[in-house]
This record gives sequence, C-alpha cells and structure tokens, in this order.
Amino acid sequence: MTKIFVDGRPFDVPENQSMLQACLTLGFDLPYFCWHPALGSVGACRQCAVKQYRDEKDSRGRIVMSCMTPVAEGVRISIRDAESVSFRAAVIEGLMQSHPHDCPVCDEGGECHLQDMTVMTGHAYRRYRFSKRTFRNQNLGPLVNHEMNRCIQCYRCVRYYREYAGGHDLKEFVLRNLVYFGRQNDGVLENEFAGNLVEICPTGVFTDKTLKQHYTRKWDLQLAPSVCVHCGIGCNTSPGERYGTLRRIVNRYNGEVNGYFLCDRGRFGYEFVNSPERLRQPRLQKGGQGETADGPVALVHARKLLDGGKVIGIGSPRASLEANFALRTLVGQERFFAGVEDEEHRLTARMLEILRSGLARSPSLGEIEKADAVLVLGEDVTQTAPRMALSLRQSVRQQPFELVDKLQIPRWLDHAAREAVQDAKGPFFVAAPHPTKLDDVAAATYRASPDDLARLGFAVAHAIDSSAPDVPQLTDGVRALAGRIAEALKNAKRPLVVSGPSLKCEALIQAAANVAWALCRAGKPAALSFTAPECNTLGLGLMAARPLGEAQQALKSGEADTIVILENDLYRRAPREQVDALLASARHLIVLDYLETSTTHKAEVVFPSAPFAECEGTFISNEGRAQRAFQVYVPEGGIRAAWQWLRDLLIASGANGAAAWQGVDDVLKTLAGSLPAFSAVPQAAPSAAFRMAGEKVAREPHRYSGRTAMHANINVSEPKPPDDPESPLSFSMEGVSEQPPPALIPFFWSPGWNSIQSVNKFQQEIAGPLRGGDPGVRVIEPAKPTEPDGPAGPDGNARADFLGAPPAVFEPQPDRVLLVPIYHVFGSDETSQRAPAIRELTPKPYVALDSEAARRFGLNDGDLAEVAVNGAVERLPVKVRDGMAAGVAGLPVGLPGIENCRLPAWARITRP
Amino acid sequence: MFSIIRTLWNVLLHSFQPRVTIQYPEEKPYLAPRYRGRIILSRDPDGGERCVACYLCAVACPVDCIALQATEDPTGRRYAEFFRINFSRCIFCGLCEEACPTYAIQLTPDFEICEYDRQKLVYEKEDLTISGPGKYPGYNFWRVAGVKIGGKDKGQAEREEPPAEIHSLLP
Repeated sequence: MTKIFVDGRPFDVPENQSMLQACLTLGFDLPYFCWHPALGSVGACRQCAVKQYRDEKDSRGRIVMSCMTPVAEGVRISIRDAESVSFRAAVIEGLMQSHPHDCPVCDEGGECHLQDMTVMTGHAYRRYRFSKRTFRNQNLGPLVNHEMNRCIQCYRCVRYYREYAGGHDLKEFVLRNLVYFGRQNDGVLENEFAGNLVEICPTGVFTDKTLKQHYTRKWDLQLAPSVCVHCGIGCNTSPGERYGTLRRIVNRYNGEVNGYFLCDRGRFGYEFVNSPERLRQPRLQKGGQGETADGPVALVHARKLLDGGKVIGIGSPRASLEANFALRTLVGQERFFAGVEDEEHRLTARMLEILRSGLARSPSLGEIEKADAVLVLGEDVTQTAPRMALSLRQSVRQQPFELVDKLQIPRWLDHAAREAVQDAKGPFFVAAPHPTKLDDVAAATYRASPDDLARLGFAVAHAIDSSAPDVPQLTDGVRALAGRIAEALKNAKRPLVVSGPSLKCEALIQAAANVAWALCRAGKPAALSFTAPECNTLGLGLMAARPLGEAQQALKSGEADTIVILENDLYRRAPREQVDALLASARHLIVLDYLETSTTHKAEVVFPSAPFAECEGTFISNEGRAQRAFQVYVPEGGIRAAWQWLRDLLIASGANGAAAWQGVDDVLKTLAGSLPAFSAVPQAAPSAAFRMAGEKVAREPHRYSGRTAMHANINVSEPKPPDDPESPLSFSMEGVSEQPPPALIPFFWSPGWNSIQSVNKFQQEIAGPLRGGDPGVRVIEPAKPTEPDGPAGPDGNARADFLGAPPAVFEPQPDRVLLVPIYHVFGSDETSQRAPAIRELTPKPYVALDSEAARRFGLNDGDLAEVAVNGAVERLPVKVRDGMAAGVAGLPVGLPGIENCRLPAWARITRP
Repeated sequence: MFSIIRTLWNVLLHSFQPRVTIQYPEEKPYLAPRYRGRIILSRDPDGGERCVACYLCAVACPVDCIALQATEDPTGRRYAEFFRINFSRCIFCGLCEEACPTYAIQLTPDFEICEYDRQKLVYEKEDLTISGPGKYPGYNFWRVAGVKIGGKDKGQAEREEPPAEIHSLLP
C-alpha cells in the first residue's frame, strides 16, 4: 500500500495503479472517457485532469492527467481545485461541440457515460454557435447499430475491437475533427465480441440493435442477476424485462468469470425467450390432436400415465440442477438417464473424473487471462466457448509484460506498454483440425486429425515428463513441435492446457490431462480447462445419470414403458431413426420444455417450463462454478419452472417429501444432502430468507416508470405486484438502498453513474473482485496429493499416474474423408439459434473441404456435393476452407437441418 | 349596537358589488394557457407526431401514470407505439410537460374530464393526440436532431455541415 493525499486527506491505496484508478477505487467522482479498466490508459481525452502538488507547501501545483500519473508514496493531488475543475469543464465543452441533439431518440440515453460526465462537470449550455460536423452511418449487421454523429473520438471502440478482441474490420478513418470509426464498407462486424462495443462506447455510437426493436430505457427494465445459458462458461448477465417480454442482456461484472465482456451469442441470444415457438399452456395429445389444458388437468392426466411406476426420466444439460434433480427424484436414481449422446456423456464423466481426482485445477476465466503459456488441444474455443477465447487472447500478453515490467513501465500505461512489446507474443499453441480464429496470436499451430492431435498432446506430456507414455512413429516435425511446446510450458509460471469434448475424442482429453499433470509433477501450478458444450453439462454429469443408450434397453426389456423428458430435444442428441425407435417403444411420453421441438410434437403431455429468465436455477460452469440465475419476471400463461411441475407430479404420486419443496432453496438442500458432490451448491447465492435491514433486493430501479398505467388498459385498478417467496429479490422498486451481496446485484447503478461504468462503485478495487467477493461457488476441486510428488489412487486422493495411451497414426484415405465437427458461435447452440438476430448470422449447412481435397473430388467452392455419412446421404454445398488437416473434412454442428449427424465419422464425398 | 348596524350596512353594500362567483357550468371561467389541466399530445408544424417516445415524461411522473412503448417507422423516425395516461392517477403536476424535450406533451386549460367509471379515465394515444402544435408553435425536434429520418438526410438539420467524406485524407 502507498499513501497518497487527495484534497489534503491521506489515503492508503494499492501500488501499481494509475491515479485515476486509485481515485475511483476510493469512491471519488472523477470523469474520464478514453480510459477503461480492461484497456488501460492512453491519456487521449484529457478529461481526468487533476492538480498535482510538489509537496505540502506547494500551492500552485500543475495540471496532470490522473490516468497517466502513477500512484507513488506521498503524491498530493486535488480533484476539487478550481483550475482543474474548469479545465475538465472546458474539455467536455469541446467534446460536446458537435454532439447532436439526439438524447431523446438515442438508445444510450439514461445510461450514457457521456451524459453522466457532462452532468458531473457541470456543462449545461452549448456556447459554440457554429455548425456541427455530421457523418453517414454504416449498417454493421443485425446486432450492433451505428450512429456516428454522436462520436466523441475517445478511440475506445477501436482499441477494444482490435487490440483486445483481435478484430480487423473496425478502424479509424480521416483526420482532425472528422475522425470516423467504422468499417471499410457496410457489413456485419466479423468479431464474435462486437456486442461489447455497446458497453465500451461511452455514448450512443454503438448501441444494441436487438434492443432497438423493442426499445426500453434502462430505468424501465425489471432486472435480475442471471447466468448465460448458451455455452458452458457461465458468464454473468443482467437480463431486463418490460411488458412481459425480455428486452436485452447486459454484462454483469464478475471479476473471476466474464469480467467486463460477453460474447455476442450470450448478449443477443436471449430473444428465443420471446419466440412465437414458446410453449405457454400444457398440452394433451388426444386422438392425434394437441389440445391445450389447464395445469391441474394436465397434472392429473400425467399422474395417470405415471401410475404404472415403470417410468424413466431423461435429464438435460440445458436444464438447471433443480430441474434435473427433481426429475431424478421423480423417477429414481436408477431410472434417470442423461439426455446427451453416449459419447458426450462418457467424455463428460471422464473430464469430471480428471478434474476431481487429478492434480491440475480448472481455472476461472480470470486465471486463464493470467496464464503465460497456453496449449489449446483440439478445441476451436472461439466457437465452442467464445468468452474463453477472449480471455485466451489476453494471455499472450502475459509473457511480454515481463519486458514491460523490466523497463519499469506500468502495465496499465497501454500505449507505452504496447510500444515496448511491439509484436511479441507469449507462447500460445493451437492444435486443431482446421484453422481457428485464435491462430493469429499463436506462436505455432498444428492442424491434424483428432487422433494425431492427441498424439501431439501425448508427445508434449512425454517431453515434459519421461514417465508419461511415449508416442511411437512420431514424425520429426511433430516431435520438434512437441519439444517446443513442452519447453514453453515448462518455462512458464502459470501454464495452461485447454481441451474439451467437441471433437468427441477421449484420447485428446487424456492427452491434455497428461500434459497438465506432467507440469504439476514438475512443480508448476498448471491449470487444465475443459470446455463444456452446454450451460449445465457438468451439473448433469455430476448426477451420475445412466447413458441414454441404455434407455432403449430399459424400454425393450419391459423395465419401463413411460418416458419423462426434461427440456431436451432428443432429435439433436441422436440420429432420427434411433430417437424414433426410442419414443415408439414407450407407451407414454411426457415432455417438459419451453420451446416447441421435434420431441414435444411426439409427447402425450407437454408441460410448458420456464427458460432462464422466467425461473430460478443453478448451473455449473465448465470451471466447476455453481452459479444461481434468478427469475427476472413472472411469465404469462401456464408456464412454471420445470422443477415445480415435477414437484407437483411427485406430490400427486404420493411422495410427501417433495411437498416441502417450496423454493429452489429446499430443492438444493435436498440435493446437497443426497449427493455429496453438490454439498456446496446452496452457498452459490443467499437463501430466500435473506434480508438487509428487513428488506428484499428490488428488481426494478427506483425510477421504474408506468406502474399505475402499464396495465390500466386491462383494468384501471393496479394489480398487486407478484410475490416472490422463493428468492431474496422482489418484483418491485422498493428494496434495500445499499449494495446487496454480489450474487444478488440485479443491475449496476450509482448516483451520478447511470451507465454500466457504475460497476466502479461496486468493486473492492477497480477491475478487481466485487465488494463481498465474486459470485458463485466452486464445486469441483482437484484432490490434494497425499505426498508432495507421489502418485495416488482413485480413493479421493490426487492421482498422478498418466492416462491412456497414444492412438495410432491417422492414415488419410484416398476415397474417403474424416468428417469432423465444425462449431459456429452463431448456430451451433440450440436455444440461441431461435433468436431472430442470431438466426440471421447462422450459416447454411455446408461441407468444408481443403482446396486439395476439393480438387481431388472435382468440386469447386459453392458446388453441391453428396456426402455419404453414417448410412445417410446429404446434399450440401461445398465451402473450400484452406488449411484443413490432410484427409479431414468438416461439417457444421447443430445447424438447423443437420442437427443430428454424429461426428467424427468417415464420409464419402462425390459429385452428384 | 353601533357595530351591528355597521355590519348590516356593510352587508347591504356588498349586495350591490359585482359578483366573483361564476355560474359554472352555464358560465365558463377564463383559464390561462399555462393552466395545468387535461394532458394532450401535440403535433409539430408539419403535422407529424411530436412525441419521440423518449420515456422522459414517464420517468418524471411522480405517480407513474404514464406508460408507453417506443417504436420506429421504416425511415428511422421514432414514435410511440402506444401511449397511455391513467388520469385517475394523474395529479396534474405538469412535470411531464417540463421533462418533455420536444414540446409534445402539454397540459391544457381543460379540466372537464370527470367520469363515473374510472376505467374511462384511461386515455390512449388516439384520445390524447390533437391536430396542432398547442402552446409551442414552430418547434420541430427533428429539425435540430442529428438522426436521419424520412425527408431529412444527414447534414440537413439546422446548423449542420454536410456529411464528411470518410475515404478522403485531404487535410
């Protein structure tokens, strides 16, 4: 800690900070534009000027930019000094010269950093009497809206987009007062993190285009702390609702997980909640016709179907822990099946075993960002776990930062630090079957079939620790690369290995574990991160469900005749014929889901369940972090949380224990009591009984408007606000006036700080953890080794004996190709692909071929090809994608039309 | 005794004074234009809706009796999809008028809006919109705003330069 003096008062602040950061940490209101905690200081906007004094006798002082001034012992500054106050007012007056008179029709209005700063500096009237410069806007695609007139040239957008997110298609043009930020031509912003421009931009140049379709001001939204459900990372979000529909999602800062940023799938995928394909009333199938019914009628009907007692349940990786556990309780542990493909189920179990019994710890995204040597093994992270890719991109800066430190340049002094580093990047290796978006920061890439990727992994592990299994028949090039990777990982302070189940290759996962364990045995604090395909993949995995393949046998053997399917479209999990056979061999089928799917069409009883914004639920992320998503609003119609339907079924069939389940707290308590893996889960968020000064936390900002008019067209007497006995939040604007615990913060707001930058006021230290600790509780930790470097057994002690054996060399075939899955951030996820904006960006199904392979099959880009795979023939257009591994072709996963193709698989590609 | 007579005399004199009481409803009082009565939504001089659905009236309303939803026409002009005032809650404080950045919402000297049925006091946009500019003739928000709408391109608002050529590097 260092002592500084602000306006004569002494304060202790952490070292290695800028004065601006220190002042904001201390709670002072100091305006700024070009600075952002994640981007560092460049001193461009001159807005954060303060007076610095030489010593206590100095009364004249000099004006300095607080963002460029490091904190040092005894530094004296003044924020309130008259000269610096007028300096700041003059700066903002200049910035506002050409700012248009748009606030009433600007989507940023009411949560605009520029508005806040203008008010803060006291600038009220435009004295400049000359004309304003104007710009034409560009169409930047369906996600981000562009209104260039409002720009104040702070450069935050291009610094974020190019330097932080690695985009190439957003640049600054022209010069002097005409600097323009945009693309060369109109077109969709290519980067998967472009949506963050909405929050990065201090004013309304970049705004949320999906919000524009149903625009609502920030103060009119009803919000709740939530968790993104579109991949396994578990980013924290704040979804907002108005008039019964979900309006938008903004980032909810969590220093350990997503920090300041979300991916575009998470930010814009929410619209599936408003989809016309939503199920809103229970439906009974009678004589081939679906017929809506009331909840109690449907429950009575469903109970009759369950009466035989021969029921199996199929859980879901996109359903909450509560829902899955309620189903498991309803059908019994032996009759609870995982609703995922068997291979995926096996790989999830394997990943969990590795993370829970091994040596290496699964890192949070915050730790991933700090890793200084990374090996990505067989995972296209940008597409399968997008937010992690953004963190990995920052990790390449870690090793060059050592040079910056040596030159005694503060790391936050962004421009100087980048000048010192030039193009140097830390060791970052990508091994994947096709080019990935992270290749541009990679020190080396390796493109090969899944088996060969695993062989590289085994070779790296062997090069680090010779007791790891050796890889026979390794080419010199691969051996040299393995040696280089091993060397880099060994020399790093915080090495990281990333892998995952997306290539459906167990050897890859074993290889990744071996590399991390070899490093751990060498005394390195190596981290091992596996991606998870869905928001609760690990949660379902920890429930020890039986594999889906065994469900067919259970039905055939007469063990069961009724299936209850929880929030799962089986047609996305297995080939159509198999699912048809499974569903046909069941006498009765009950489905709970929130969207109409091929599976709900077959159901005898459909219960409309609630998606993430309409019910409470707990999810376990790929890190092993259990996080609670709270209900944002009460849905209309017969929609209820899946666990509530299942509880009522339990009560109807006479299970009295379930009657005590009043809220998710009770379900989680039972869960924690019956499965030790979940014992910490109830601590993910305060219980429903939590109160601060006797009050709940309000979901609505205190300026929430229209309370006595929004329902007046239906009835002039206002309805009572809905009760929420299940959570410590209330559907009201009345609630605690101070900062609630981090897991319960529905939105960030602070007096004078209406924009998302108000998160400054909620952090212990700027860009550090939230006050009270970052939300979520880790439920997966590696076992402690019994002796420092001794191998241990599977009995709860860490094991360090290496896993598996390298697979055989992959032999490319002249007449066939190995089809590997290609993931798409827009399209591969089941729920977000139902959002109109995401659907617009979803590619049409195609088959990806290397140009060499395309030539061999006589195909050109755009030609139709016949792809014979898994006994079926698909006609798909060819996309020539250079750089694919030899003998390998790609097929997109999960896109509408080709959802259930099981990959990797050998395929014959012919010209029709 | 004298004071009683004086009082009677005064009363007698008063009966010849002009009357202050107005025989409402046969007779209507004069109310100044700034009187805070029934709320209306005005139109700009070109006849377009003035309301740009900025939600400022709704947030200023101390009794929260204004609810609306913004939408846009295909040219980018923003307007209210619906605009509802619950006059059974309105306290005629005029804060909505003060908050309005486009002079769209105005209070008028009309107070004769009583109803026996409260439900009839819920006014929708059609009930609120009048055909003229009300108290503020001449002002058109879109002529000073920077956004492009139908009939007004970038650079055509008051005190605006033509749009910059962004592919030029000339100083």
